[in-house]
Amino acid sequence: MKSAPFEYVRPRTVAEASAALAQDGIAASAIAGGQSLIPMLNLRVALTDLLVDISRLEELKAVRETSGGLELGALTTHAAIEDGKVPDLFGGLMRRVAGQISYRAVRNYGTIGGSVAFADPAADWPPCLIALGTRVRVRGPKGARSEPVAEFVRGAYSTSLAPGEIIVGFDIPRPPAPLRWGFAKVARKSGAFAESIAVATARAAESSVVLAGASLHARLLPSASKHVAASNGSEEALRAAIASDLDAIASTADAYQRRLHTATVLKAVREMRAQR
Amino acid sequence: MNITLELNGAKVTHDVEPRETLADFLRERCGLTATHLGCEHGACGACTVVVEGQATRSCLALAVMCDGRSIFTLEGLRTDSVMEVLRRQFHACHALQCGFCTPGMLIMARDILRRLRRPDARTVRHELSGQICRCTGYASIVKAIVAAGQELQ
Repeated sequence: MKSAPFEYVRPRTVAEASAALAQDGIAASAIAGGQSLIPMLNLRVALTDLLVDISRLEELKAVRETSGGLELGALTTHAAIEDGKVPDLFGGLMRRVAGQISYRAVRNYGTIGGSVAFADPAADWPPCLIALGTRVRVRGPKGARSEPVAEFVRGAYSTSLAPGEIIVGFDIPRPPAPLRWGFAKVARKSGAFAESIAVATARAAESSVVLAGASLHARLLPSASKHVAASNGSEEALRAAIASDLDAIASTADAYQRRLHTATVLKAVREMRAQR
Repeated sequence: MNITLELNGAKVTHDVEPRETLADFLRERCGLTATHLGCEHGACGACTVVVEGQATRSCLALAVMCDGRSIFTLEGLRTDSVMEVLRRQFHACHALQCGFCTPGMLIMARDILRRLRRPDARTVRHELSGQICRCTGYASIVKAIVAAGQELQ
């Protein structure tokens, strides 16, 4: 099994890569870890004329802890995060998320930038990064820009990336107080894409509850987030808040899916509250 | 495209097509058939090799992207000290039947034992969840890796 033929280039700078990706009249794809793109090319569900190898661009590997938080290069692998090779300002949340993505051999290659750019509805990083209030930094033919991950991911396999634009990295703000968090994921088998992922975070009076797998992309649950921030509240009230969020973002979910998403959210919130 | 890489300790240069996977490169161009191809889309783990010291699905890597890298396949790990223990424990615990998944199992087992000290059966099961075996039911494979970990500590 192999992909249809394509050309291959390995640019030396982000600017060169961006120019290669922005060429008119050809379908060009950036490749970093390739753990989703290569099987899709081999199965011929994705086609490309030109593969632009960005996996060796040093500019995309920079990781820096600043007073504001963590600057995480797009090429940071899941395994590097799992192994604590990047600063952990988030009480272990990112390490936990990373360690449950696919399998180790895939985590050695798969990158956080690739995960967000691919925007699978059930991908692990978007809900985590949204719950952490992350912004994504992008560079392209028209220069650099930055946008919240919550707005960058637009739908299933859809982002605001324009032709020639490349994710450079992520700015994850430092939590003002020790971060409390909960993470729950249900997949049919370990390593498979999840059917439901919930991430809950609380810092001071601010709370975020984010759910992936329920709709075309990871979404903040406004009612549940508000409920969690306001009080220790009853479980009945939280269930009602989750139900109203699901009505809004997953109106076509069947009874099983609603129970599943409710369960992952409750589990994440309980784990977060236990850290009080 | 011409690529040069270090394969099992020796320098090799080949002209490859960009679409050629590392797995096909190893098997077809280099004649190294210990690396088995099962699912060819990253689900079964049979084709796992070592690239720059890291466990790698060779069906999910392009040969061109491995230009300049150091690669080890099972053939190149004959005298590896961890592999020597694993080979013996796989034998003693009956950790294979048909043998198709075994190269990937051994490479991944070695990776687990190099990263984690004396892993217990639960840890080994989680770490091995990307490797599929359709004969053994995994029990004997897990047993062999746990035993190898205890022997190595």
